[in-house]
Amino acid sequence: MLEIGIMHYLVVGGLLFLIGMVGVITRRNVVIIFMSIELMLSSVNLNLVAFSRLYGLHGQMFSLFIAADAAAEAAVGLGILIAFFRNRATVNMDEVDLLKW
Amino acid sequence: MFFLTNIWVVPLLPAAGAALMLLFGRRLAKSLVNACCVGAVALSFAWTALAVWQFTHSGLPCYEHVLFTWLGSGGGKMIYVLHGGETAEFVVNAGVLVDPLSCVWLLFVTFVGMLIHVYSVGYMAHEGGYYRFFGYLNLFMFSMLTLILANNYMMMFVGWEGVGLCSYLLIGFYFHKHSASTAANKAFIVNRVGDAGVILGSLTIFWLFGTFDFVRVTALARAQSATLFGTEIMTAATLALFVGACGKSAQIPLYVWLPDAMEGPTPVSALIHAATMVTAGVYMVARSNALFVLAPETMKVVAIVGALTAIFAASIGLVQNDIKRVLAYSTVSQLGYMFLALGIGAFAAGVFHVFTHAFFKALLFLGSGSVIHAMGGQQDMRFMGALRKKIPTTYLTMLIGTLAIAGIPGLAGFFSKDEILWQAWSAHHGAFRALWYVAFVTALMTSFYMFRLIFLTFFGGPRMSPEVEHHVHESPRSMTLPLVVLAAGAVLAGYLGVSPSIARLVGIHGETNRFEHFLAPVFENSAENASIAASAIPAQDKQDDGPPSEYLLMALSVAAAGAGWWSAWRAYGKCSDGVREPIAVAAPAVYRTLLNKYYVDEFYDKAFTGRSQVDGVRLGAIGAGDALWKFDAEVIDGGVNGTGWLTRTFGIVSSWWDKWVIDGVCVNGPAVVAQLLSRPVRLVQAGLLQWYALVMVFGVAGLLWYYVLR
Repeated sequence: MLEIGIMHYLVVGGLLFLIGMVGVITRRNVVIIFMSIELMLSSVNLNLVAFSRLYGLHGQMFSLFIAADAAAEAAVGLGILIAFFRNRATVNMDEVDLLKW
Repeated sequence: MFFLTNIWVVPLLPAAGAALMLLFGRRLAKSLVNACCVGAVALSFAWTALAVWQFTHSGLPCYEHVLFTWLGSGGGKMIYVLHGGETAEFVVNAGVLVDPLSCVWLLFVTFVGMLIHVYSVGYMAHEGGYYRFFGYLNLFMFSMLTLILANNYMMMFVGWEGVGLCSYLLIGFYFHKHSASTAANKAFIVNRVGDAGVILGSLTIFWLFGTFDFVRVTALARAQSATLFGTEIMTAATLALFVGACGKSAQIPLYVWLPDAMEGPTPVSALIHAATMVTAGVYMVARSNALFVLAPETMKVVAIVGALTAIFAASIGLVQNDIKRVLAYSTVSQLGYMFLALGIGAFAAGVFHVFTHAFFKALLFLGSGSVIHAMGGQQDMRFMGALRKKIPTTYLTMLIGTLAIAGIPGLAGFFSKDEILWQAWSAHHGAFRALWYVAFVTALMTSFYMFRLIFLTFFGGPRMSPEVEHHVHESPRSMTLPLVVLAAGAVLAGYLGVSPSIARLVGIHGETNRFEHFLAPVFENSAENASIAASAIPAQDKQDDGPPSEYLLMALSVAAAGAGWWSAWRAYGKCSDGVREPIAVAAPAVYRTLLNKYYVDEFYDKAFTGRSQVDGVRLGAIGAGDALWKFDAEVIDGGVNGTGWLTRTFGIVSSWWDKWVIDGVCVNGPAVVAQLLSRPVRLVQAGLLQWYALVMVFGVAGLLWYYVLR
């Protein structure tokens, strides 16, 4: 039975990151983009946890912080999203082009 | 003194009559119209006579009575700087002035006016507009009496305009006749020219003396005679007044209206255009005598214009065929005599001629009216003749008038005309002697055309159609009575002014020439100033002629009158079938010129009225006005419009430049460039979050590729 090594983690993390990134870029629904962002954060956490096996517990500590940060970020983001929906009656990203101003 | 102190009532009597006639006359019976209008004038004559009687016995030099302040507030609001630098307030006090000069005019105006009113009762009996006629006549009497009684130039001007208006109304009495309404317009418009002169003259007098009052102006002029004598301002003021006199009294060049004024009813011609109104110019000059003697240049103009008018009008009168036109030119000619007298400084002689002329010329006009009445409206003397047996009263009275105007000794005209002739010969040591010759030839002509009138009308054979001849009848009593009274006046009026030499000739001693003596206070300055004037006039012949030459001149003028009589008898005394004009036989061209009145009306049409046209373009002054109007409309206005067009065009161009070059290229150009340049940048900044994310991904990928893999 093949021993699960650092390389496997990194590949899984890279794939997760790619899936998240593609999701962020290609999906229209903001909620799904949020979920894709969470996926990218998870891949980073996975990398940090994998590396913590080699270089000590710092990585795990970071991933705990990131998890907390992601929760706070999701709360703020969903708040913006609801406020935005009340204004524009949409959650489609391609209709949200206000940033050019 | 009741009548003198209430003399202001005199003009108001006919004014009341006129108001009554013109407001309610249509409903009044003829007898009531007669009673009101003739009564008003008769009453004013009686009042005047009593007032004059009281005045002559009062010993006053003049009686002035101010009634009220008419123009100007008296509150120091209208202060003007005068010619001399001092100031005066513009105030006109309406009032009456009675002095010998106005007495003379008052008496003959009301007396002749009364007789002509009586005459009109008969003459106008069968005419329409009876009340209107008498209303206008009374209005005329009011205006004329206002003119005479006025105590200042402005009041006199009111009367002056009033008589002009009445003259207009009465000339145009038969307004349905085109010729009558045209003649009325002509009279009014020509008089306007003169009236402008009166206004200018009056205002210049105010500028000089600071007052319009006759008494004060005369006193000031006499007091300042040394400084004012011969100054340009005096000449200008008096010349302006004389222009007015020319208009009203029908002198060259403004006489043209008077002959045409014969379109009015004959009593009007007698009253207004012979006896009274046309002497208003003489009155004004005599009234302003203190000013005129200070302007020797004006006096020369007055004398020369008078003499020329006299001979000019008399020569036209020689050949006219309309009985009233002959008398009209005779009036112009006699007025010329009066101005000749005024111009040489013989004011009293001029006024005396006005006085006598009023009687015999009114008589002649009324007589001609009686003739026309008898002839059923025929005015052409070529179709009259042999009337003396049929209308004997008219014939005899007209003969007396003719003898008077011709200057036959013993009648009024002889005394007054001879006085003027003698003055023309002797005044200023003969400086005006050339004018005597003119006046002498005029006397000859006068005699000729007046006896021509008599012979053509009353002698020879009848030249009218049998039915007209059958209807010839003497006029009613109301018409013949004034003729008889005026004939008596034409005989007797002259005896008021018998000159000393004539008195000596017939052996009268004591006071002679009462008329001149009576007027002396009015003209008292003339003697002393005339000597100043005489020194200013170059004397041609300084030798003094004594009485013998005066008798010689008198004999000459009587001979002239006789010669005119005799030659008229030779030419016209016996013509029964047709009239042969001796002048037409001897010199046809001269005859045509005279018959057409020297073509003066035609000349005026060419020069002033614009009635003669060439290809629809009016000539003369009106034509010049047209040309000036065209110049204004096309050149001046064209320039204005051209400037406007240029401004507008420049505006359009500059607005285009501003819009397209300044705003378009300079202002909007950089903006467009910036816009174009920013287009790629804007494409990047799409505002789409995912686009940014994608770019970031590719950027990170690119950087990774650059730094890690290479």
